[in-house]
Amino acid sequence: MIEIKGLCFGYRRKPLLFKDLDLNLSEGHIYGLLGKNGAGKSTLLKNMIGLAYPEKGKVLFNGSNVAGRPVSVLEDVYFLAEELFVPSLTPGQFVTNTGVFYPKFSIADFYQYLKVLDIDPDSVMDKQSFGQQKKTMIAFGLATNTSLLIMDEPTNGLDIPSKVQFRKLIASVLTEDRCIVISTHQVRDLDSLIDTLLILHDREIVVNSTVEEITERITFGVFDNTKNLDVLYEEDGMRGKNAIIKNTNGKFSKIDLELFFNAVTQGNNSLIKILNAAEYE
Amino acid sequence: MEFKDNEAIYLQIAAYVCDNILLDKWPPEQKIPSVRDLAIELEVNPNTVMRSYEFLQKQEVVYNKRGLGLFVAADGYETVKRLRKENFLAQNLPELFKNMYLLDISAKEIEERFESFKSANYSTTTDKKNDEN
Repeated sequence: MIEIKGLCFGYRRKPLLFKDLDLNLSEGHIYGLLGKNGAGKSTLLKNMIGLAYPEKGKVLFNGSNVAGRPVSVLEDVYFLAEELFVPSLTPGQFVTNTGVFYPKFSIADFYQYLKVLDIDPDSVMDKQSFGQQKKTMIAFGLATNTSLLIMDEPTNGLDIPSKVQFRKLIASVLTEDRCIVISTHQVRDLDSLIDTLLILHDREIVVNSTVEEITERITFGVFDNTKNLDVLYEEDGMRGKNAIIKNTNGKFSKIDLELFFNAVTQGNNSLIKILNAAEYE
Repeated sequence: MEFKDNEAIYLQIAAYVCDNILLDKWPPEQKIPSVRDLAIELEVNPNTVMRSYEFLQKQEVVYNKRGLGLFVAADGYETVKRLRKENFLAQNLPELFKNMYLLDISAKEIEERFESFKSANYSTTTDKKNDEN
């Protein structure tokens, strides 16, 4: 669905954020894009939808170059930015003006989503709280029914019940024809929803693997003593060592996203080598 | 649903389905929730539920009726019970034995406690669905 080839991008008078970055995203998945502050997560997302232009390389959406902003691309992608600028309109008025740009837009879905997210459809958007604005735009984004849905930190500002509803909504809208990309620091909000991890580090995508592939190759666990284990990465925890070891028994553990992220962004090459080996064992 | 840290989510979802079968909430030949419905209920990725269901099909706990969805196998209850028992004997029992050995607890003491536990928690009149193996 999305093909990024040899992407180079940097803001003016700043060093390059991405160098020869390649990435393919396909439908039927929820991708979690992780990266440290300033790694360029939002910038990468903007390059994917034609809000920023590559210096070199290109981004294709179903074969069309997104930098040309053709209608065929714009009507089938939705980007929920982290910072929102909402008009002085009610959600109902907003939809009448903007829903028409998306051929698959569903008004019925929109009101249904507003209801489960507890948003008054008659409230004026620029008078809403930040969390309410975010939820209104989440409802709008989901109701566009675009093939590609990109969300930058969608759970920021959401209260506890709204996060539950958000997870239920995301689980309900993923279909085989849809690709969802979520960038986040709140990994605990979303760790049971993300099926494929993308980690952006040091100008490159260093991890692009499904959670299944990752846990097939490495095991996450808490150990009293890791002396006799083939430890790839460990941190001291309350109940012992939180460690990542090679998966040697073929069992699947539950991925610890925070531990995994720390291991990868501290430049753990042996870990990355195991993940990226074309064939394991 | 709160997931434990020490086991893959797809296995925990499979265990949840098995619990419902053992509790008779989902009796034999009943349709189980669609992938999408269970994903929404548990707030997880539908692909993960798909994987749990594939796992349970392989274990012959549930089966696919073409175009209708997944159903609990006729002997699903027995299958789940057998798998649970195998798992208990392989995983939990050695752990119990180790503690019995370390703490010097006799099998006789365990047996007595087991009997009083049964009479305290499960009255003799309500039969279990299947007798003890």
